[in-house]
Amino acid sequence: MSDGLIIDQLKKNQILDLLKEGKRVDGRQFDEPRKLTIDIGVIPKAEGSARARLGDTEVVAGVKVQPERPFPDTGDKGMLICTAEILPIAHPSAETGPPQPPVVELARVTDRGIRESGMLDMKQLVLEKDKSVIGIFCDNAVTDHDGNLFDACSYASTAAINSCKIPKYEMQDEKPVKIEGEFTEPPLTTLPVSVTMAKIGDFILVDPTIEEWGIMDARITITSNSDGNVVALQKGGSDGFTQEELIKCAELSVKVGSKIREIIKESK
Amino acid sequence: MGGRDTDIVLLDENGIRCDGRKVNETRKVTIKAGVLKNANGSAYIEFGDNKILVGVYGPRDVHPKHMSDTDTGILRCRYHMAPFSVGERKNPAPSRREVEISKVIKEALEPAVMLKEFPRTAVDVFMEVLQADGGTRCAALTGASVALADAGIPMRDLVAGCAAGKAADAVILDVNNEEDQAGQADLPIGYMPNLKKITLLQLDGVLTPEEYKQCIEIGIDGCNQVYEIQKKALQDKFFASGEKQ
Repeated sequence: MSDGLIIDQLKKNQILDLLKEGKRVDGRQFDEPRKLTIDIGVIPKAEGSARARLGDTEVVAGVKVQPERPFPDTGDKGMLICTAEILPIAHPSAETGPPQPPVVELARVTDRGIRESGMLDMKQLVLEKDKSVIGIFCDNAVTDHDGNLFDACSYASTAAINSCKIPKYEMQDEKPVKIEGEFTEPPLTTLPVSVTMAKIGDFILVDPTIEEWGIMDARITITSNSDGNVVALQKGGSDGFTQEELIKCAELSVKVGSKIREIIKESK
Repeated sequence: MGGRDTDIVLLDENGIRCDGRKVNETRKVTIKAGVLKNANGSAYIEFGDNKILVGVYGPRDVHPKHMSDTDTGILRCRYHMAPFSVGERKNPAPSRREVEISKVIKEALEPAVMLKEFPRTAVDVFMEVLQADGGTRCAALTGASVALADAGIPMRDLVAGCAAGKAADAVILDVNNEEDQAGQADLPIGYMPNLKKITLLQLDGVLTPEEYKQCIEIGIDGCNQVYEIQKKALQDKFFASGEKQ
């Protein structure tokens, strides 16, 4: 399953032949992600921001913070919403208009990784119970697409939220009013990091490029937290995984993820 | 998971869950194949309090035509919840959640369906959730593979669905709605029992590596139980006169 990417047969054969020799097209090891660079604070008007470059895949994440009316059943918690979109400048196959299923999946997987890790202690983001809470919106814009958007969005989001500043609010006449110039640190508990692996034949490749993405049989995205626990997972593509492969993938994700987490920490 | 605060005791001191099940027990599953007149194949599944109807049309012409593939048939899936299926009325327009679930179910069924046999055609699978009570994607997937088999579409295996998860610090099988809302993790699994391949897997919630292994293990066990019920549904339809296999 290629999510609409078409890779020519010669390239495909080259990738498959190299895999049999234990090599990848760009010379990486099977369990080696591409070089990750993260710049934070690239959008000063946003309360937090990060540009993540994973090889030639680039994502800009911006965090906006604003008071919100809570959902009726979660009036004692703040709000956290992550989105993702692929900008039409990112790739010739990217289209404007309503998001197609692959883009909906990208946004939801990005959101799930951050949300389910409990990255932020949402109970600390309440201004007045059932009336007003702090909403944190982390929007990812994919600006260049060279495969594995899941991880690039994960790293950009985690780095942006990790480095954001939350404005202070006070309640006046039941309405939240921003106190200019005063900020607090986000209530961080952990740093979630996703690692996506492509399955091509019986090979498992960490951080597939767009060419590997185009020919893979299946993929799996596993997000782990700072304690080395698994917090979110998404299988995709038109093949399955065996039980042994899944356990190996989870171990790989925790191992590779811990190195990525250091890069995100250092970016702050 | 959301970890929503409720008064429900998810697991009592005897290891019994809020709906009376043991930790490694699935809800009652009943499946009936061939329930719709017009569809080429269909199934009705009750998975605990989930009630789901699945209809399969095809292989048939592809509309819009540009979607057709000269090398292979295509599988299209729509998972949809009726507005009355949940406590508060659901907007009938497809939500982003339903778009995602439709995609993961499609990718869970694709490895099982021999689509190369029908180039330039489409097989459409429509899953209508009439009542939802946690674990609808697994139930819909289970029903869909019975409906595909009922339609006579060549398949390598059936795909059985069952979730594992964690609630009240215990690893549990087949997460129900209360456990999904107030529990700690939900790990839906789709599994091909003969090929021993997992084709649907998602997780939300925190699991240690050890719990993750246990969840996959009991999840596969649950899928094997569901698989027996799927086979029986097909036998009941095609050998209803009492003859055996």
